[in-house]
Formats: sequence, C-alpha cells, structure tokens
Amino acid sequence: MLTLALSKGRIYDEAIALLGRIGIEPTVDPDKSRKLILPSNREGLQFLVIRASDVPTYVEYGAADLGVAGKDVLAEYDTKGLYEPLDLGIACCRLMTAGRQGLSFEPGSRVRVATKYVKTAHRYFASKGIQAEIIKLYGSMELAPLVGLADCIVDVVDTGKTLKANGLEPLDLIMEVSSRLILNKAAMKMKHAEVKAFIDEIRQALELKP
Amino acid sequence: MLTHDRWLLPEGIDDLFPHEARALEQLGRTLMDRLSVWGYHQVIPPMVDFLDSLLVGTGHALDLETLKLSDPVSGRLIGLRADITPQVARIDARTAKAGVPSRFCYLGAVIRGLSGHLDKTRNPIQIGAELFGDSSEAATTEVIHLLLETLALVRVENVHLDLGHVGIYRLLAGEAGLSEAEESELFDILQRKDPTDLRVFLADRQVAQGPAELITRLLDLNGPLEVLDRARDTLAPGGPLILKAVDEVANIGCRLTARFPSLPLHVDLAELRGYQYHTGIVFAAFVPGQGQEIARGGRYDEIGQAFGHARPAVGFSADLRMLASLSALKGQFESVAAIFAPAIEDPQLERAISQLRDEGQMVIQSLGGPHETAERLDCKASLRLLDGRWQVIQND
Repeated sequence: MLTLALSKGRIYDEAIALLGRIGIEPTVDPDKSRKLILPSNREGLQFLVIRASDVPTYVEYGAADLGVAGKDVLAEYDTKGLYEPLDLGIACCRLMTAGRQGLSFEPGSRVRVATKYVKTAHRYFASKGIQAEIIKLYGSMELAPLVGLADCIVDVVDTGKTLKANGLEPLDLIMEVSSRLILNKAAMKMKHAEVKAFIDEIRQALELKP
Repeated sequence: MLTHDRWLLPEGIDDLFPHEARALEQLGRTLMDRLSVWGYHQVIPPMVDFLDSLLVGTGHALDLETLKLSDPVSGRLIGLRADITPQVARIDARTAKAGVPSRFCYLGAVIRGLSGHLDKTRNPIQIGAELFGDSSEAATTEVIHLLLETLALVRVENVHLDLGHVGIYRLLAGEAGLSEAEESELFDILQRKDPTDLRVFLADRQVAQGPAELITRLLDLNGPLEVLDRARDTLAPGGPLILKAVDEVANIGCRLTARFPSLPLHVDLAELRGYQYHTGIVFAAFVPGQGQEIARGGRYDEIGQAFGHARPAVGFSADLRMLASLSALKGQFESVAAIFAPAIEDPQLERAISQLRDEGQMVIQSLGGPHETAERLDCKASLRLLDGRWQVIQND
C-alpha cells in the first residue's frame, strides 16, 4: 500500500488532474466528504488530504510514503530526511518580497519583514546584507505593510492581484516555486519496486499533454 | 519560575523510568556480551574530551552537534561527545599493534547539540563496535554481520539493509573541482535526489561534462543488487577507482546474501549518510514504520591520521534507546516479580528474605507505613508465616 499526501486547494486540484492522465483518481470527493483518508480507484494507493505545511512532516515520519509539496514549503521545512525525485511543474508561483511601490533596500539597511516563511526570509535578507527583523504571521501578509507592522512581506505571488488591490507591488524574486514529488527515504529503500514504478508512471504522466 | 516549569527538561532530553531503564540495562548487557564473544573489547571513553580530539576529521556537522565548554585547567575548549567513534579511533591509534587488527566495542551516553526533525532525542545511548587495521571486504562484512546479529538479538524484526559507497561521490566531487561550500551544496542536493536542482547547480558552477554526467547518473543508481551491473556500465567512464568501488559493494552484497539469504538488501550509490568521516562502504538498517535508519555504519580509513596513526577502520553504531523501543522483547521488562515481606522483626523472616535475595529474587520489606500493602508496592507474591515457616505465597 502506498500513501500519497496532498494539500487541499491548488496542489490537490492540479495533482489530481495530473494523476487523471494515467487513470488514477480518488473514489471520494474531498469537497463532499469529511474523510481525510481518500481511497483511490487503484488498489494499493490512497491519498491523505492535509495542510500544505504538514505534508513534509507526514512524509518524513513515514505516515505517508509520498507527498506533493511546493518548493516554498520544502525550503522552509529544511530537512535532510526527504527525497525530491520529481519536479511536477504544477502549482507554479514565485516567492517574492513585496511592499509599497518604489520601496528598495540598500545593503546594510534595516528592515522589518512579515512572513510565514521565517527561515527562507532570514536566509534571503542575510545573503543581501540586509538586517531583517522577521515577524511570523500565519495569513493575510498583505495587511502588515498597510498598518505599519512591517516594511515589506515575503510571500508567494501568483497573479499579483491581491498585492495590487492593497496598493503593494512585487519587488524581488527569491525563488521560482513549483510542486515537487517528495518521498520518504525509508519507503524508497523498503518499498523500492512499488515506489519506483509509481514515480515512473508519474513521469510518464508529465510527458502526456492534458 | 512557575512550579510546572521545574518539571521541564531541556528540549530533546528526557528521563528513563524504571521499566525503560530495566529494558535498556538488560538489552545493553545482552548486546555487550555478544560483542564480547566476537572478540570486541569494551572501552569506556570519557563523556568530555578536548574538542580537537572529538572533532578530528569529522566535518562541520559533528561540530554543530557538539556542546562546548571551556576547561579551567588547560584553558582549552572541551566538548560533550556527540559521537563515540572518534574517541575509539584515538584509543586504537594509541594502542595499535602493527599488522594486527583491533576490535573495540562501547556503550555510553552521548549528547547532541541539535534536535533533529525525526530524531528528536538529544541524549541517545550509543552502542557500537569498531574494527581497526584491516581494509578487506571480510572486515566490512564482519561488522555488517555483527550489526545484523545485534538487531536480531534484541528482536528488532523485518530489518532491511541499505548499502552505499561514499568513495564514488568523493572521487566525482573531487574531479568536478568544487570549493568546499559548493561541495556541501552538491551534497545537500544529492541527499534529496533532486534532479531539477542538480541540473541547475551543475550548469551554474560550470562543472565539466564528464563528472557532471556521472554525478547525474548516481541519482538513479538505486535498487536491488542487480543495479550494480547497470552501475558498472554507466559509471565506466569514471575510471578504474570508481569501478573498484562498485565491485566492492557488489562483493559485500554477495557475501551478505550468502550469509543471510532472506535479508532484503537495497543498494544506493547516491546515499551519503555519515559522509562526515566515512570514506568507503556505508550501510544502514531500516525497519517498517521508521522514517529513518535505526542503525548505521561504514568504513572510515583516514580518521586515525590526526592521531598520528592512520589505520583502516570500519564500524557501526545504534541508539540503544531506539533499539529498546523497537524490540519485540520490551514487554518482558514492563514489570518485575517482586515479593512483599511484612514489617516484622523476626530473625527467621530475616533469614528467609536473605535467602531469597541471594537467589536473585526481589524482596521488598515493608517499612511499617499504613499504606504499604503488597498490592500498592506492585508485589505479586508475599512472604507469610504458615505452619511456623516463612513461605512465598502468590497473592490472590
């Protein structure tokens, strides 16, 4: 039995569409059911639907064999315990700094940053030689610069509409984000044939155009 | 300080309660006895040591793991050991007899500066064995055999063994001509088996096509032993040293299959576990339900250099607490068969108690407190005076 962990929302939708190309689909619709473990039409494969930031944890501990997680979440989770054998090219966006129009930072300056990506933001500003005070928030980052809580934010940007609606603009690119297939090390070693066959199938799905 | 804060232990540090301590002590003793009959002599290196000795040839990761304090006597930095292997290497360098292999084993607490994601504990109890002075496949096989026997002895079941060889990566990384910082980045990417980041990295650093191609191929060289046939073909352009390393993995795989026909064996040439000081074959044991390895080891042929006496070396280690928690025997240690004795001053009773204790039985004599009943002291039997004789009677 293989267990694949997915997060609700965009990753779930795009991952299920990808798996649909090779004929795999959940037999329960998570929007209509309160079930957290979803069986699939493929014997020996089930899905877990959990929070995006929990996906690496479930996979690392072996509670799920595989998972789909954004590179933003993986960079922040910062583990050595996972394999990332496949870039799925789905749920693409960019991790950026954003602030009021025309904001710019000089090396050696000080800045207050609101973000949920604490470690990533810390590393990014350190690499730019900017002293950053990081404030951890769990959502609605865009609000922080408006009410003077922070000078700028670090967040994923897709269309940029939310930023624009709040009078902010994307500033610098920190990293391009796409979702990766992640894999528990122990699963790779103990369920090798099963896992490898599944990865190969997904690789084929990536080559098939929708 | 709030009262409840006084109960708090530092993160990742914890107490072992009686049933856990019992299990650990018993299993540890069983294992040390077994290592001893294989000819491995126990050594007890100190908990603290000069930092230089603890960290020789071990790399940055162990440095971060080691808690440090300054020694008022020498003015030098001393560390609380995070790994016992370098200390045993020092012992070997001091006591080695030329041309003769030495075998050592140890069991002791270590303290880790960092709490891992998976491996939260910072006070593991490390058990291990090291074999110095022989670089042969026979020596490596002996140590892996010993690792498997250790796990079998404490009844850790469904063990899978993973084999790798860090020498292959070391050769390729050397050819790629990377700086130390770049190499650690490459190491990190290979640990994640991430082909996307690897492609970007190799292109950015303008790594020559030859080594770049071979490093990329490493990512896919994992699976059952047969993978090594493919490795011989795909890594052939890397030269004879790399092929020799592949053959070494294959030979050890064959020796193990012969000794343990039903052992599930997995090979992974991109696995760099314990890259800190290992130079050749690396191995690890996995069991279902654990996201990471439960015991690990490998060959480290250069560590003794720093002590002025480089000898080939191979060893394994495991956290005894982890083994105890996975052991099918752990239920045995949940309770002990204690015998209750009443608080009566009677020479005859004294003699009966002494006799039982001499036989190795646990006897708890009441101190006379009103709540001290056999039941509340967890005693399954009691000493009672029947027919003028003190006898052990099972409680109802």
